[in-house]
Amino acid sequence: MQGEYIINQISIFSENKPGRLAAIAEALEKSHVNIYAFSIAEANSFGVVRALVDKPDDARSVLEKLGFAVQFTDVIAVRMKDQPGGLHEVAQILGDAGINIEYAYAYSGKEAAVLILRVSQAGEAISKIQAAGGSLLRESDLG
Amino acid sequence: MFWNKEMETLRGRDLEELQLKRLKWTISQAEKVPFFKNKLRAEGLSADSIHTPDDVRKLPFTYKTDLRESYPFGFFAVPRRDIVRIHTTSGTTGKPTVVGYTRHDLAAWADLIARNLTMVGLTPEDTFQNAVNYGLFTGGLGFHYGAELMGMMVIPSATGNTKRQIEMINDFGVTSIHCTPGYALHITEVVEQMGTSLPSLRVGVFGAEAWSETMRQELESRLSIRAYDSYGMSEMFGPGVAFECTEQNGLHIWEDCFLSEIIDPKTGETLGPGEKGELVITSLSKEAMPLLRYRTGDITMILEDDCPCGRGRRIARIMGRSDDMLVIRGINVFPSQIEHVLLGIHEVGDQYMVYVDRKNHLDEMTIEVEMNRQTFSGELDGLVGLQTMISRKLHDALSLRTTVRLVEPGSLPRFEGKAKRVVDRRGDL
Repeated sequence: MQGEYIINQISIFSENKPGRLAAIAEALEKSHVNIYAFSIAEANSFGVVRALVDKPDDARSVLEKLGFAVQFTDVIAVRMKDQPGGLHEVAQILGDAGINIEYAYAYSGKEAAVLILRVSQAGEAISKIQAAGGSLLRESDLG
Repeated sequence: MFWNKEMETLRGRDLEELQLKRLKWTISQAEKVPFFKNKLRAEGLSADSIHTPDDVRKLPFTYKTDLRESYPFGFFAVPRRDIVRIHTTSGTTGKPTVVGYTRHDLAAWADLIARNLTMVGLTPEDTFQNAVNYGLFTGGLGFHYGAELMGMMVIPSATGNTKRQIEMINDFGVTSIHCTPGYALHITEVVEQMGTSLPSLRVGVFGAEAWSETMRQELESRLSIRAYDSYGMSEMFGPGVAFECTEQNGLHIWEDCFLSEIIDPKTGETLGPGEKGELVITSLSKEAMPLLRYRTGDITMILEDDCPCGRGRRIARIMGRSDDMLVIRGINVFPSQIEHVLLGIHEVGDQYMVYVDRKNHLDEMTIEVEMNRQTFSGELDGLVGLQTMISRKLHDALSLRTTVRLVEPGSLPRFEGKAKRVVDRRGDL
């Protein structure tokens, strides 16, 4: 039941040097993978590119073929109203539910804005968000 | 000025006789070490096989790896009770090389240091600041006792806290300093930043890492001193094996204590004066750890002409290494030590590169290692932690702070022939 709300984020190790993001994006373009959302987390000389895509398995295999280190990471996605106060409403729910966020990023989709969250206990977070009145997305709802 | 004029100027027949006598003694001393005993016996050699100092060529070479394999005390030729001190030097993997000294060895070593310091014009009137590591590194205690023996006022300042070092030089009227050339240049810069000068200082003794003539000119003009090159290695007591005189044209190698040869490192063939090759040394007075034809790995040559100072054989300043040993901030580092550490960490691949740079006149080592796709968690935290863990393990193994950079799998060069994993980008200065 909760499992359907767990989404595969694709995490790619990348050195922090010019051209790496272009290489990743080009590979995804060539294999017709659409990117819904992405963010880059960086430490001194390297970073992790995180993306939500429509075909995670295809994306992973094409990037691995190019030599990238790729991993799936479980994240959850929460609907937000795409209007002032949308983030506040969701953040309030997370706060009330006592959910600690490891990292988050967001995109503005066709139907609603979406907040993507990496939390330590995804299953527990899902129940708490639902109990607090939040609305979660399935992988098929993305876009 | 001479400290031990008789030994320093011994030439011709007198020198040969002394060298022959001491070489024969060294061989008998070496026979107390199973390694040498077996090797000499296998080749049917003994002290009786030696009739002139040149007969040293009959003896087999000794390599740094031999010392490492006998860790810790396998090369000691005297009972443990006669060893009064040990020092260590980094080995090629994990374990260091241990060198031991009898009371007589320490006295002989201090005598050599006293000769060196006297040779560059220092006297008991001088004040000597010894700004090197005082631990297991031979440069600290080695210079300390030699400088004390010749009667200078010695300041065992050791390393670190450059401003305090500068303060001491000025407050105590220091006239001579011993440190690595890199640290000397760092001191110079700090002096200039502070808008001060070191008026009392007149002599700098620099060693433990290779340095150029350009660096000498830089140090001499900016500090208003004379800068002298000091050469040695722990296996031959430590610093003091060879040293420049005031001519600053080659280093006098003490022929009553060390029998030196230059060989072709590939063929082992002896080369003549003026020919560049690997320096091979046989100790002539070491009790605790006699060494026969020790391959130093250092590339130099014997200078042909006589030195106006009246002392004997000189070698050129060290031109490089015949092996892949690096000297980083005075510490010996073998790439194999780095490899050993990295291979023990399964979160990284087995490909790596080592870059050596000089930043603010101090050596910096950067190690690039490929992350391992199988153990990639997808999270940044894990990678940062991994990088820190690798740095810590390298520090434990090398006693050096390094910068570790994780790179993408498959991104480092693969070598078909001999791997060139070390890129030394240190220029002249």
